[in-house]
Amino acid sequence: METLIQLTITGLANGAILALAALGFVIVFKATGVINFAQGYFLLVGAYLVWAGVVQFGMHWTVAVVVALIVAALLGLTTERFILRPLVGENVISVIMVTIGLAFVLQGAVQFLWGTEPRAMPAFIPRGTIDLVGVPVSLNRVIAVGLAGVAFAALTLFFQRSRHGIAMRAVADDQQAAMTVGISVRRVFALAWALAAISAVLAGVIVANLFGVSGEVAVFGLLVFPVVILGGLDSVPGTILAGLIIGLLMSFTAGYIGGGMQQVIPFVVLVLILLIKPYGLFGEVRIERV
Amino acid sequence: MATATGIYHTTYQADLALRKTRAEWIRLALIVVVVLGAPFVLNPFWLTVANQIGIAIIGAIGLNILTGHTGLISLGHGAFLGVGAYTSAILVSRFDVPTLVAIVCAVAVTVVVGTFFGLPSLRLKGLYLAMATLAAQFILLFAFRNWEVVTGGTDAVVVAHPEIFGWTLSSDFAWYWVIFAVAALVVLGARNLFRTGLGRAFHAVRDQDIAAAVMGIDVGRYKLLSFAISSGLVGLAGAMTAHYRTIVTWERFTLDVSVLYLAMIIVGGLGSVAGSVYGATFMTVLPAAIQQFARNVRETIPMLAREIPAIQLIVFGGVIVVFLLFEPRGLDRTWQRVKDYFRLWPFRY
Repeated sequence: METLIQLTITGLANGAILALAALGFVIVFKATGVINFAQGYFLLVGAYLVWAGVVQFGMHWTVAVVVALIVAALLGLTTERFILRPLVGENVISVIMVTIGLAFVLQGAVQFLWGTEPRAMPAFIPRGTIDLVGVPVSLNRVIAVGLAGVAFAALTLFFQRSRHGIAMRAVADDQQAAMTVGISVRRVFALAWALAAISAVLAGVIVANLFGVSGEVAVFGLLVFPVVILGGLDSVPGTILAGLIIGLLMSFTAGYIGGGMQQVIPFVVLVLILLIKPYGLFGEVRIERV
Repeated sequence: MATATGIYHTTYQADLALRKTRAEWIRLALIVVVVLGAPFVLNPFWLTVANQIGIAIIGAIGLNILTGHTGLISLGHGAFLGVGAYTSAILVSRFDVPTLVAIVCAVAVTVVVGTFFGLPSLRLKGLYLAMATLAAQFILLFAFRNWEVVTGGTDAVVVAHPEIFGWTLSSDFAWYWVIFAVAALVVLGARNLFRTGLGRAFHAVRDQDIAAAVMGIDVGRYKLLSFAISSGLVGLAGAMTAHYRTIVTWERFTLDVSVLYLAMIIVGGLGSVAGSVYGATFMTVLPAAIQQFARNVRETIPMLAREIPAIQLIVFGGVIVVFLLFEPRGLDRTWQRVKDYFRLWPFRY
């Protein structure tokens, strides 16, 4: 019983972080229709930026996070302006490959600047254990879930209430109609990439806090694909639910089956979902028969 | 008949020819001379690179048939390469199957695996297919690493140098002839494939699948056929790598390899056999050249030499991005432009 609760909590915590990592991906896809294979490397860059700010430049961690958010937003804007915009209207293969190319460049840049040995994230998120219904649970996982929740609430509010959020939803819904009512589609695209990079920094910091600052962060980032497909690619609630499902599934597989099966099970789910229900749990069904 | 205003044909035979003008024949002859002469002048390092190019050409043509000609993206071809390599190596090392038979079996197994993971393509296109094949990549790689009874897990599968028709292939020099003979056959086969109904059906599926269906092309069947042919060629490349290297480990079949092959066909030119050859050559020579460069500057600029792995990654990603942005149709198109420039000189067009 204790193992079950332990595994459930670990699973939910990892799931919440996965959902947060996947969120940036969903924002970009929803607004611009681009599959961003570099999302995992945005996480990696975010984690390293915060680490460098605190350890190499001796900033207070709040300052470091703010600086990292700004740098990441600029990175997102640059990516959109110089790499994705020229490819608007190109075929899917080109767009996918350009983000993969970007992923390699980011990976190389991180390696060039900070080497490959894993580093420990400074412990600004406390690392004790607390008692939850009689089971010891590491505190940073609980805080991670809390942070993910806050980030989600903020983004939901942004999409529901703010001018820019509503404009983004309009563009996602119908670009032509959005342009007709005077929304700048270009600005929305830029905003989507900036937001994606910002959410990647948050997710990257949380992941790095749990697993250390290393290439593993990007590997974790690859798990966003099963999450977004299960959630339905363009649905924010779907992403949250799918993140939790995948997190739980991985945690239970690790606990009860083991043997590294947890690394591959999300991708098995991915294939099954694509075969059975390609638009995921909550995705918008675009009927296109071949 | 080639004139300054274009190429004109006076017979059907001339229209059907693969090489239409004298200039094309001369270029072909030059290429043949270079390929035949290369192993006698190259040093051991570059001879190994040449062999890698030959194998890469087979794989790149395989992937291009699927991605460039049929319009279906695959992020799983690195793993399909592994299926071919593991099958052939295991058959030879554990069951004493003759190498040639093992390679044929490896191709067959890869065709089955590739077609199976191609099944989602019946319902999915574009990015969804990319996801499905990405999952194939991870699942297969997991099988290579963890299905220990069959693949030996993370230990390498070792095979002896193969013996074909009585002579043992052990040196790079001997392998060169085998690899390039096979590569030449594959190039010729691929060029001819797109002059048959099958190849044209692939193009129809790529350009407009609904129109293709209206014309009576069974789209699903041709998509699976494309997956079958493509993974068969990649399986062949994998099996040849296994016997050439005499050692098979899972590290050679990661997602990076899938991306490398996609990069080859993008750099070379999607939907062009010649492009696959250019791309395979370019993407194999580039890292080797950087490595050589690093070796040369090790004393003078040690800082730079130390950072070579990172630089390799940046250059690799950068090449993909730059080509997609500035030459999306690849080196094949660049070559066309160069030819046009000289053909029309002194005029611009």
